[in-house]
Amino acid sequence: MLTLKHLSKSYVAGTPVLRDINLDIDAQGITAIIGASGTGKSTLIRCVNRLVDPTEGEILFEGADLARLSGRELRHARRHIGMVFQEYNLVERLTVMENLLSGRLGYVSAWRAWRRQFPPEDIRRAFELLDVVGLAGFAHQRADALSGGQRQRVGIARAVMQEPRLLLADEPTSSLDPKTSVEIMELLAEVARSRGIPVLINMHDVELARRFADRVIGMAGGRIAFDGPPSRLNDDTLKTIYGGTGWLH
Amino acid sequence: MSTPATVALPADPFPRGRASRLAAVALVVYVIYACAQLEVSWARVETGLGNAIKFFDRLFPPNFSRWELLVKGLGESLQIAVLASTLGILLALPIGLAAARNLMPPWATWPARFIIVAARSFHPVIVAILFVKAVGFGALAGILALTMASIGFIGKLFTEAIEEISLKQVEAIRATGASFGSVLAFGVMPQVFSRFIGFATYQLDSNLRNSTMVGIVGAGGIGGTLFAAFQRFDYDFVCAILLSIITLIMIGEVLATGVRAIFIGNATLRDLFRRGRTLPRERHLEDD
Repeated sequence: MLTLKHLSKSYVAGTPVLRDINLDIDAQGITAIIGASGTGKSTLIRCVNRLVDPTEGEILFEGADLARLSGRELRHARRHIGMVFQEYNLVERLTVMENLLSGRLGYVSAWRAWRRQFPPEDIRRAFELLDVVGLAGFAHQRADALSGGQRQRVGIARAVMQEPRLLLADEPTSSLDPKTSVEIMELLAEVARSRGIPVLINMHDVELARRFADRVIGMAGGRIAFDGPPSRLNDDTLKTIYGGTGWLH
Repeated sequence: MSTPATVALPADPFPRGRASRLAAVALVVYVIYACAQLEVSWARVETGLGNAIKFFDRLFPPNFSRWELLVKGLGESLQIAVLASTLGILLALPIGLAAARNLMPPWATWPARFIIVAARSFHPVIVAILFVKAVGFGALAGILALTMASIGFIGKLFTEAIEEISLKQVEAIRATGASFGSVLAFGVMPQVFSRFIGFATYQLDSNLRNSTMVGIVGAGGIGGTLFAAFQRFDYDFVCAILLSIITLIMIGEVLATGVRAIFIGNATLRDLFRRGRTLPRERHLEDD
């Protein structure tokens, strides 16, 4: 489904953040990327939909190399990749409904977007999805009137509105309290499973990764240091991912 | 025995540069020098105040007998202000957007910034003089002069507003595969729209005031009538003109507040006629 080959990224020449990443993501399930801050997890995820341009390597998605695309081709590829952000990244001054429909912008002309003319089918799906994420009745609230957990539900709904064939999530629970974090992860897992969307997710929380992921990738120093099922995560593997032992107990 | 004064501090906690002190001294010296140079003296202020009292005496009572001239001049000023604001805002939007460095490449921002700086470098009256020379006496020169002022002002503020937006929201819209136009519609405009309405109404207000002035140099509007009345020592008519201008500006102010309340505070027309509702309603804390 998604294959990364020899992917490298340096923001400053000579100090690579990602070093020669090779990765195959299956067509199903949740893949969690864990690792210490600054090991390039976020950069890796952002390379996939080219919010960050990789320095080298290939990003093969549905037969095309995303690393080579630009302009219209890149926009068309992005339509099939949904993204959920750590700080939700909702358009604060727009309503919940407008935020959901912004997931369809790849299919609507700019002229229609300015006039808020979306196909009735999109609008019907948006109302359905609001129900699914538990925000029925919130359609006309402004996004900045919502709580963190509610915002992230809108963020997930916006990504699902794209009918994505891959869902990226960049630390979707890091700004939330532990209880809301679990609820958001449950929603994300449920939405992805019921629609058969594979999810690539960055997380800080090892416990959440253990609980929700089908596969865990550990990153250290811009490389992949661990790749396996969550059951293989133990003190030894965590030590290779995060380094040191003092924090474990 | 140790006194606190003798305790040596490891470092000065509030280091102040010598440069700022020098600058303050230089300012004082220059003010004294300029006063001497321009022959500013108390004696002159005193005789001037005497003249002012005589002048004020002749202003009253205001003379509205030539009200037709007054209405015609004010009408023209209003037309100049509205046309110049509309045209100026329409032109300033694309130019201001092109000048925003967080969204546009350098080949777009440099020319756009040049236009904005050029439009801002002269006072509207100077620009009006130039346009009177170019297109002749009359309202057209005033419209063009104030259009240019509007491009400079709105363009600069619009650019700054765009440069301050949260790119996270823009990034999220880009990630959906939206085209540039759609990113503007959903990621950029919502973030700057309320501020833009603020600039636009302020500019209309400012154009209204300036449109009463460009007439002094022959660019149309009530200013020409005012200047002529001054020259003919028709001070009671001058007073009538000034009172009318004040009224016009105040009406403009009320309208501008109403427009802001509707667009920014989501007030309805009915709210505006209720007491205490003309100010934009309070918004959620995380608004900005």
